[in-house]
Amino acid sequence: MNDSVPVLEVAGLSVELPSGADRKFAIEAMSFQVRPREIVCLVGESGSGKSVAAFTVMGLLPKALRPVAGRIALAGEDLLSAPPERLRDLRGSRMGMIFQEPMTALNPVMTCGAQIDEVLAVHTSLDPAARRARILDIMNQVRLPEPERLIDAYPHQLSGGQRQRIMIAMALVLEPALLIADEPTTALDVTTQAQILELIKDLQRDHATGVLFITHDFGVVAEIAHRVAVMQWGKLVEFGTTEDVLKRPRHPYTKMLISSVPGIVPRHRPRPETARPTVLKTEALGKTYADAAWFRKSRTVKAAESVSIEVRRGETLGIVGESGSGKSTVARCVARLIEPSAGRIWLAGDDIAGLSAGRLRPHRRKIQIVFQDPYRSLNPRRTVGESIVEGPMNYGLGRAEALARARSLMETVRLDPGSLDRYPHQFSGGQRQRICIARALAMEPELLIADEAVSALDVSVQAQVLELLDDIRQKLDLAMLFITHDLRVAAQVCDYVAVMSQGQVVEYGTAPQVFGAPRHDYTKALFAAAPGRNWEFGKFAAG
Amino acid sequence: MSAEARIEVDFAASAAAQVKRPSAIGRMLRHRSVIIGGVILIVMLLIALTAPLLGTMDPARIDPTMRNKVPGTEVSLRQDDGSRLVRTAWLGTDSLGRDVYSRVLYGTRVSLIVGLSVAAISVSIGLLIGLIAGYIRWVDAVVMRVMDGLMAIPGILLAIALVSLWGAGLGTVIIAIVVPEVPRVVRLVRSVVLTIREEPYVEAAISVGTPLPLILVRHIMPNTVAPLIVQGTFICASAILVEAILSFLGIGIPTEIPTWGNIMAEGRTVFRVYPHNILYPGIFLSLTVLAINIMGDGMRDTLDPRMSKRV
Repeated sequence: MNDSVPVLEVAGLSVELPSGADRKFAIEAMSFQVRPREIVCLVGESGSGKSVAAFTVMGLLPKALRPVAGRIALAGEDLLSAPPERLRDLRGSRMGMIFQEPMTALNPVMTCGAQIDEVLAVHTSLDPAARRARILDIMNQVRLPEPERLIDAYPHQLSGGQRQRIMIAMALVLEPALLIADEPTTALDVTTQAQILELIKDLQRDHATGVLFITHDFGVVAEIAHRVAVMQWGKLVEFGTTEDVLKRPRHPYTKMLISSVPGIVPRHRPRPETARPTVLKTEALGKTYADAAWFRKSRTVKAAESVSIEVRRGETLGIVGESGSGKSTVARCVARLIEPSAGRIWLAGDDIAGLSAGRLRPHRRKIQIVFQDPYRSLNPRRTVGESIVEGPMNYGLGRAEALARARSLMETVRLDPGSLDRYPHQFSGGQRQRICIARALAMEPELLIADEAVSALDVSVQAQVLELLDDIRQKLDLAMLFITHDLRVAAQVCDYVAVMSQGQVVEYGTAPQVFGAPRHDYTKALFAAAPGRNWEFGKFAAG
Repeated sequence: MSAEARIEVDFAASAAAQVKRPSAIGRMLRHRSVIIGGVILIVMLLIALTAPLLGTMDPARIDPTMRNKVPGTEVSLRQDDGSRLVRTAWLGTDSLGRDVYSRVLYGTRVSLIVGLSVAAISVSIGLLIGLIAGYIRWVDAVVMRVMDGLMAIPGILLAIALVSLWGAGLGTVIIAIVVPEVPRVVRLVRSVVLTIREEPYVEAAISVGTPLPLILVRHIMPNTVAPLIVQGTFICASAILVEAILSFLGIGIPTEIPTWGNIMAEGRTVFRVYPHNILYPGIFLSLTVLAINIMGDGMRDTLDPRMSKRV
């Protein structure tokens, strides 16, 4: 391949949004190139237009969005003026795409082999035997175990990582010149993500593919990008080599974004001299799920097993682990949203593990929880004021006093107290998460559980919410249980860390201990997989 | 492609957040199907309410001398005081000499009463049972088996059984139609409850100590309103039809109270010679059911746009 011609050249591209949207252009005057054997990362926060850019290149834009200016060239061939038949021909053969959700991007009623075969059948004239050989070959290349067996497997029989490998195999089977990856690892666990990133890097090198990699994660950028394009509000604000952009960013937005990335080295936190009173203590807490079965042996799943943790007043305990590790199960058992099946939960001296709903009621107030999804944790039909005063009024506070408390809490979470009579959809994700925090605080809890409370937020908003949570913990002297999959976040807010894997706590200690000298193999693997662990974000060189 | 849909949804969401859209009711009232269906229904409702003022006479009045007159015939009726009253039978008379025009207009009352009350009763009972069954697991197992049992009873057979027990009448017919409808509503409500109870905002309400009845009414029930309104219109239409069927079969409402079904039943034997006995109540019946159905379709389009694309 001629290395002087860029695989993808985007010049002055503008895509118009339908009237009534929050801005006129989804993308405005955007220019960048992807050269052969190069990975270009397109980074930006949600709504920055990075996915629209990818879809415009693929010719998959919804009808409401129109490219109104500029040029897109794939190895010199203009794509915007190409007829639909030509675009269809190019998709798959000259450019491939990987999507974020490996669950939904594959057809659940077709075997994996048949889905890869479809690409070959449409674009080549190979006979079935040759196609099968080709499929087995690409499945080997994406390092799927036992390709002979998986070729006849359905997507639901595969793990998330394996599905993403199938997607990559589909995208690369015809050796396209350009691969577009739209957040391909966002839905994956950190160890799987590390493997997939490694795979994309290797395949791209071996096949001389140009890759346009869309992500919001600067760790991933540091890991694989050759060049980085930063987007804000539909505009490309910075474009340069990874080294330049991460170490010497010029645009203030890039600087802000990069310094918002939490560091992986635990922040130094002052330790109290005297031992603080214990707020929460669990002893051998366990949760077993069993499916009801009449005629066969029922299957049991141990979601959590003999978990013993302790949180003192004014301290934060982080529970980290991958999906399915049981960290959320522990949080929900402690909050008594699900019934624990074994063990004890001591809350300020009372065992609440086996209490009935009625006896539990006085204790509920003391434990409050903030959930992951800011879009679903507030009732869309009730004003935020109603949501905040609901709890205190359940415990007998008058409406006027409850509203007064809500107003002062809105100030605590740095929102306008005058906006109590607005509905959740009028707030952004970060604002909604603040409202959820205010709702939890309105109960004057002793223990605040944050269950992946910042995972759905953009990195700049995440930094603000983390700061707010830490502030509140100090000011109100709260005990906090912080559930997260993100090691960087844990490093910033936790005094103690419990690492969970397959329902068990495999490592438990102070944050500096666990992060500085992990002992368990799983913890070590987790840290080794954290993207961009060798970068220190936010330490900019002068100039 | 799913990713394409995702973009569309993202933009729809951001556009929705910025631009104030008309409320669901506002959009509903502007939908063409809702307007057309609504207008027809309002006309029917007015007919039912003002039937005595529309030139009708006693719909049960029998006159053996004026049997089976074709529409437009001049008929003379003997009054109680012996004088004779001459009037035009616009829609003819039936085989007992009763005025079909008056009977059809009065029949509107029964049809609308049956339709509306069956819809209201089955939706309220179904909502209550569905909320509880969907939320409380152990109740669910018991209640849903009972509902399965109810659904297995054929509606017509149940009606015959009830009529033979309690005698024919409006109340019996309404109960006979409500019983098989309730399980359908229960299933609908329960399916909504099962998805909404997993929402974090419901869990948040639990953890701030909201009592169960309040959780159901405040956080879960509002989500069932839109599908229930839609379901209600379809129940209403089908109840009107079932009532007509029952009356036609002679196991519904007795002939002293005219209903579209029993007027048609009356005309069945002489249908070849005098089709008007079946034609006019038939037109009213079809028009009403059609109006309710297209209104229900329109409401579904505005209240639950995803459903209309799927169907």
